[in-house]
Amino acid sequence: MQEEIRLTKFAKHGGCAAKIGPDTLSRVLDRLPKFSDPGLLVGFETSDDAAVYRITDDTAVIQTLDFFTPVVDDPYTFGQVAAANALSDVYAMGGEPKIALNIVCFPGELDPDVLGEILRGGADKVREAGAVLVGGHSIQDDVPKYGLSVTGLVHPDYIYKNFGCRKGDVLILTKQLGSGIVNTAVKAEMASRESEREVIRVMTTLNRKAKEAAGKFTVHACTDVTGFGLLGHCSEMASASRAAIEIYVDQIAFMQGAKEYAEMGLIPGGAYRNQKHAGRILDAGDVEEVYVDLVSDPQTSGGLLFAVPEDEAGDFLNALERAELGTKVSVVGKVTDSGVDDPVIRLCKKAGKL
Amino acid sequence: MITVDAMGDVCPIPVVKTKKALGEMTGAGEIEVLVDNETAVKNVTKMAKSSGASAQSEQLGEKKYRILITVGEEAAENAGKSNSGAKNRQSAQESTAEAGCRTCLGTVVAVSSDRMGDGSDELGHILMKSFIFAVTQLDDLPDKMIFYNGGAKLTVEGSECLEDLKTLADQGVEIMTCGTCLDYYGIKDKLAVGGVTNMYSIVETLQSAVNVIRP
Repeated sequence: MQEEIRLTKFAKHGGCAAKIGPDTLSRVLDRLPKFSDPGLLVGFETSDDAAVYRITDDTAVIQTLDFFTPVVDDPYTFGQVAAANALSDVYAMGGEPKIALNIVCFPGELDPDVLGEILRGGADKVREAGAVLVGGHSIQDDVPKYGLSVTGLVHPDYIYKNFGCRKGDVLILTKQLGSGIVNTAVKAEMASRESEREVIRVMTTLNRKAKEAAGKFTVHACTDVTGFGLLGHCSEMASASRAAIEIYVDQIAFMQGAKEYAEMGLIPGGAYRNQKHAGRILDAGDVEEVYVDLVSDPQTSGGLLFAVPEDEAGDFLNALERAELGTKVSVVGKVTDSGVDDPVIRLCKKAGKL
Repeated sequence: MITVDAMGDVCPIPVVKTKKALGEMTGAGEIEVLVDNETAVKNVTKMAKSSGASAQSEQLGEKKYRILITVGEEAAENAGKSNSGAKNRQSAQESTAEAGCRTCLGTVVAVSSDRMGDGSDELGHILMKSFIFAVTQLDDLPDKMIFYNGGAKLTVEGSECLEDLKTLADQGVEIMTCGTCLDYYGIKDKLAVGGVTNMYSIVETLQSAVNVIRP
């Protein structure tokens, strides 16, 4: 391995922070023709994580694709992060990944061993997910990019959708937030080693255990928190569910150092785009600016966000703890109303009970 | 006045350049930072404010912005201090890197009991309370404090150390309590500061620490 290679130097934006902004995306997608098919259970009109297509009464196939530019310097780690992120879309729909294909862009002049390490990282995560990796497609490109197209299976009656949360639901997030900010601090060489280690551990963790732990519980809505940040994904959930959501900023688990780095201005541009997008329905109250930045931070390979009925929340949290996810689980908020005409996201400080 | 040209630089380079310029200032004065995108305007403004300076921005052209940072006497002193702090940290990292440790935490405080030392329990409680207070007074705070077995009683509601521990948490010390221990004593719902951890993380933390303090 050539140690001097720093993969992130190739990319202006890393990981899910490289996502095209939600405003731009919805403008473009609105112009595409609408497809319909009786077998299509989840399409892109609800901005969900993957497409779901019914095969038989008890089997539906989940199809998803995700790839991005390097978010970390180490090729093997980058492969793990990109694969964990792509596989996560299947978990966010409640499914099990079955088949994965590599998607690769790689500069011709770079050492092929670097590519080998990226692919090895990806393959290890696919194996950990219990799926099979069966090839893929690669092209030459100046900026390295890697990801997976994943096919998964789910029972049509147990699909997790990103909408459907109801009044009283508790919002539970299965990974600590802050990967966009901490990765920015790493790029600026201002991050502590502990923060850097934590962000890598979080980004390479599969959402498999979290999804499996949720199996026994009622899940009204679920999505994985990625490029649009907690704020963006909550606002999608609120809009699609016609709900009012309160986010308790002081109860959210953040990565070590994330708050400090945010105060120092180590914030990826995507965070500001996410704030702007959610602006229509956001009520930040008198919460400090740094928390608004933290909740809009674009996440790479973030955790699952579950909306679960209040009376099951305690047992759900215990089940997540027993599952030993290796990440920090937190109650990030609550659905205070549903069936409303004006969906809203309210940020508040509330050290209260669950 | 110092001019920092960060035109064409993407996040986080404008912040890095601004921090460097702030660190090089020897007294009060002004820094002008030129950038070409709004993200950089917001981030450079935050960097300036977090070092105690004031900042004002204006748009000069379609893709040209100027942030004027004013550093007062007090802020200049602080910037100098934090800069030397960063240097210290860097040299500490370098020396640990030489020692072959790649994933080091600095100092970790491991608290295994709600009493300090053997002998009188009453005295032990008093000593532990003053130990935690003394930690808050350190110039170099520990990176992390972990609480297990009887130590778990210190991070919950009703603990006499709670205020001091919250002060430490506010200053960035990570406070973690063993989940099994909280369960054992039936006080998990009373945890009042920091997060919950498990044996795997405790072992990893102790292994990666340069110093472990055990009261």
